[in-house]
Amino acid sequence: MPDPAITAKALRKSYGDFVAVDGIDFEIERGECFGFLGPNGAGKTTTMRMIYRAVPITGGTLTIFGHDAGSANDRVIKRLVGVVPQENNLDEELSVTENLDVFCRFYGLSRKEAKERAASLLDFVNLNEKAKSKVQELSGGMKRRVLIARGLLGNPQLLVLDEPTTGLDPQARHNLWDRLFALKRKDATLVLTTHYMDEAEQLCDRLVIMDKGKIVTQGKPRELIEREVTRHVVEVWHEEEKAPELPEEMRALVRRSEALSDRLLLYVDDGEAAISLAARHWPALESRLRRSTLEDVFLKITGRRLEE
Amino acid sequence: MNLPGNIDLRMATAVWRRNFTVYKHTWVTNILPNFFEPVLFLLGMGMGVGVYVGRGMQGQDYVAYIAPGLMASAAMNGASFEASWNMYIKMYFSKLYDAYLATPAQMQDIAFGELMWATTRALIYGFGFLLVLAGFTLAGKPILTSWGVLLVPLALMLIGAMFSLMGQWYTTMIHTIDMYSYYWTLFLTPMFLFSGIFFPVSQMPYGETIAWFTPLYNGVELTRGLCQGPLEWRHLGHLAYMLAVCAVLMWAVPRRMARRMVK
Repeated sequence: MPDPAITAKALRKSYGDFVAVDGIDFEIERGECFGFLGPNGAGKTTTMRMIYRAVPITGGTLTIFGHDAGSANDRVIKRLVGVVPQENNLDEELSVTENLDVFCRFYGLSRKEAKERAASLLDFVNLNEKAKSKVQELSGGMKRRVLIARGLLGNPQLLVLDEPTTGLDPQARHNLWDRLFALKRKDATLVLTTHYMDEAEQLCDRLVIMDKGKIVTQGKPRELIEREVTRHVVEVWHEEEKAPELPEEMRALVRRSEALSDRLLLYVDDGEAAISLAARHWPALESRLRRSTLEDVFLKITGRRLEE
Repeated sequence: MNLPGNIDLRMATAVWRRNFTVYKHTWVTNILPNFFEPVLFLLGMGMGVGVYVGRGMQGQDYVAYIAPGLMASAAMNGASFEASWNMYIKMYFSKLYDAYLATPAQMQDIAFGELMWATTRALIYGFGFLLVLAGFTLAGKPILTSWGVLLVPLALMLIGAMFSLMGQWYTTMIHTIDMYSYYWTLFLTPMFLFSGIFFPVSQMPYGETIAWFTPLYNGVELTRGLCQGPLEWRHLGHLAYMLAVCAVLMWAVPRRMARRMVK
């Protein structure tokens, strides 16, 4: 078994009194896609920035491909890690090709090598026809794909993606997922943060959920769902001010219930039994059965409060 | 290759190359004014004011008197543009430095690459001026009269590096781009007017003493000495002054930048 790609122990980052990351432990294996989920302000981006060595760590240890994070090793680590940042920071004054060409030089590529690498990566992200375009002329999804190409210029062993699909339309998201799946097939190690549970469920082999600087749970997506919530959810839609009361006969089946403004959520293991009981008890209301998702886990753990 | 201060020259060159690539797109609009501006200054100040300076300035033709100093100020302007607005935008608005920092480049490489580029631009500005002065000299104006002129490009680079570093340092100190109006109106413009370009600093009370402390005066005197001679011991002092300013700021600027950017 080779070394893990990343090992973090009691990793901490604070800015004055504010603790952004509060002593987290995790281990990321080579070749896996590892997700960081959590509400805004949970510390995901700060963790990413520590991994790609944009910020110093305040405490604990962070080992990346066997190198301890710290100014003595940061150049070596950065040589091995590619970055797709949350905020677009492409060079808007340059064309797509020029952007890649300029950044190739940071990885010691000659002019000829740079040209070849840029061309093959543009091919990979399906942007050949935009090679000569100014960055300003690209759509959001295209810019994100150029960022991925830029992140791969140094042939990294690990690619960090901070909210890669935020703000993209569905087509662009699926297009981007497709490229990430292609990277996974090549055994790339991917670390990503996301707000989208469907994204995490599809892409991530393992993930952690962070809240207020701490890791609150971790595991494989399916495992997490089975551990943290039930297999199924029955949604009972109503139009009253107050959600209907749970009848006595269903109490044994329902592990947890949650009343929203327009529906009652019943977390159950035996979905079939629950939905038929619900239909019998509330014939006038619409009841639906669905599989539990990561979103249910996320909301259970981090709550429905608004994090601004 | 690593320079002192753990500067990776390859990374710095990549930063330089980015700026060069942008400049290639805009050089027509960027370079042409550099030829017009000195001509306008020489004509306006030299032919205009010069007529009233009948006996010349310190026994010298007035156009010839102001020309070397104007060349030094051209280098100052070239470097200052880069190290102020351009750098501020890259640092805080376009987040380009964040993108650089995600590559193997470190802050000190970025600082040095920007210094190399601002110095290059100072050289382009100053050298354009030098060509115009060569033309005036061929037309009979006694402007470039000493072989020392061959060293002028080096002096222009030193002036460029010094003003680039001062601008970078100021850029790391401010929190809004509007603060550059202070830098230009209260620092660069007074220096342009009172650094011995248009009249000897000895005309002002304590002029010479004060002038010795201003960066541009040292650049103007060195440039004038190289263009027109005679070179004296004091020119070594001007040289040493500028090298010392550069050395101190080359130490300080990357640290300031890291404090602003790497938190």
